[in-house]
Amino acid sequence: MATVLEGVGRKTIDQLDYIGSLNIQLWATLRAIRSTLPFVGNRYRWRASVKQMLQIGVDALPMVSLMAICTGFILAMQGAAELRRFGALHYVIDLVAVGFTRELGPLLTAVAVSGRSGSAFAAEIGTMKVTEEIDALRVMAFEPVEFVLAPKYLAALIAVPCLSIISNFFGILAGGLFMFFSTHLGLLLYFRYALDSIQLHDVITGLIKSVAFATIIAHVGCLEGFRVSGGPDAVGRSTTSAVVKSTFLVIMADAVFTAIFYFTGKM
Amino acid sequence: MPIISIRDLTVEYDGRRVLDAVNLDIEHGETMVLLGASGCGKSTLLRQVLGLERPKSGSILVKGTDVTRCSEAELNTVRRSIGVAFQDAALFNSLSVEDNIALPLREHTRLAPSIIELVVAMNLAVVDLAGSGKLLPQELSGGMRKRAAVARALALDPEILFFDEPSAGLDPIVAAELDELILLLKEAFGVTMIIVTHELPSAFRIADRIAMLYKGKFVEIGTKDQIRASQDAHVREFLDPTPEEMTKTPAVAAYFEKYLQNQEPNQ
Repeated sequence: MATVLEGVGRKTIDQLDYIGSLNIQLWATLRAIRSTLPFVGNRYRWRASVKQMLQIGVDALPMVSLMAICTGFILAMQGAAELRRFGALHYVIDLVAVGFTRELGPLLTAVAVSGRSGSAFAAEIGTMKVTEEIDALRVMAFEPVEFVLAPKYLAALIAVPCLSIISNFFGILAGGLFMFFSTHLGLLLYFRYALDSIQLHDVITGLIKSVAFATIIAHVGCLEGFRVSGGPDAVGRSTTSAVVKSTFLVIMADAVFTAIFYFTGKM
Repeated sequence: MPIISIRDLTVEYDGRRVLDAVNLDIEHGETMVLLGASGCGKSTLLRQVLGLERPKSGSILVKGTDVTRCSEAELNTVRRSIGVAFQDAALFNSLSVEDNIALPLREHTRLAPSIIELVVAMNLAVVDLAGSGKLLPQELSGGMRKRAAVARALALDPEILFFDEPSAGLDPIVAAELDELILLLKEAFGVTMIIVTHELPSAFRIADRIAMLYKGKFVEIGTKDQIRASQDAHVREFLDPTPEEMTKTPAVAAYFEKYLQNQEPNQ
């Protein structure tokens, strides 16, 4: 019994330690993020941020677009199969447009970015730890959070919401293509109906979620990297852990945000 | 006044004592070699002096600043006057050799780009890597990487240079070349050097004084001649290792005794 309680206690402390570390890291990054801004910050950090934006955003564009198109088709087909029975096929437009703007666009993007960039952050920083590059930064009087993490965080904050908007567009486009082939509804007319069904707060809540997801992905990925100790096998473990933890936390955060928006009447 | 003064430094990891109340003074312009077997605490001592870890107790004064208690800002001021060549070079893999050397100059000085270019070229020439500046670290051999790390360590014209196992993993010819480079740096720049190694020929070639660590304690500190003449059992064991003496150590003898006892009944 004592062993079980001991195990539960230790796990709880570990989880609290992890959450505490995430918060400390987030605070340190927010303090350092000014250095990554153009004009007021350090130009080398801004360049690093732009490079990261290209890696997180532009490089992920084909994958995110394709995922959104497939999911848009799936959602439209699944919705149509049920709604057709009630003669409400035109509600597929609302389903796809609102579903993507509020929920699926940000969530799909977060899952894709978590798999691509969250793991890459953990692997990059983990390797830097193993090869003493992080120590080298510190002894050269650089702050690793400012040098390594802040550009990644700024890039994620900009790239993830942008990708979410693109994901929304392609998801809704896929719904339009489905409606065109199944009911011969013109794409322009479809987009007009889709825009009518989307409210401004749907877009805003989606973007708020995107910013939260970007924060989770960047910080979990980087923290996993910074916690690497030992050899190359530890880097591999941190990469897996980064993807698993960030995906889990993204879904948890999504549930919390959706509940908040639901109960505050923003949905 | 010594440039580095270590007083009663004790370091523990998870209750295991790695350094036990060690004391050491290093004078300006001196080349001090920290000698000892693997796991005796040499690298731990180096990390403490660099402010990468905090000790359990004791103090380390580097240029008058206690790096075990000072603020991060004070630590960074001290760090701008030191250079470190890490065991595995710790060059930033995403940057060329030139950019690795230019990095501290760009970030910590207001030198014009043309001057930085000149300093980089001079440092590359000093370490005999002129013409290799455009290469990435992974395109260099082990010896070249270590020399590039020395060039980066020299970038800010440091008062103190640290070398962590400079000869490790190098063939004897390249290791001897690196020793020559260290001697050249000492003659040309007059910097204080702290070198961690377990390579005897290298230690006796480059040192002014040698501090011999054994299980977290200094067993002998003195000039090369004093170390050679030392009658301390641990120093003698390290300087003149023989297979007979190795098998006489209690742990090894006990192991073989137990092994033979277990073998006898089967024979």
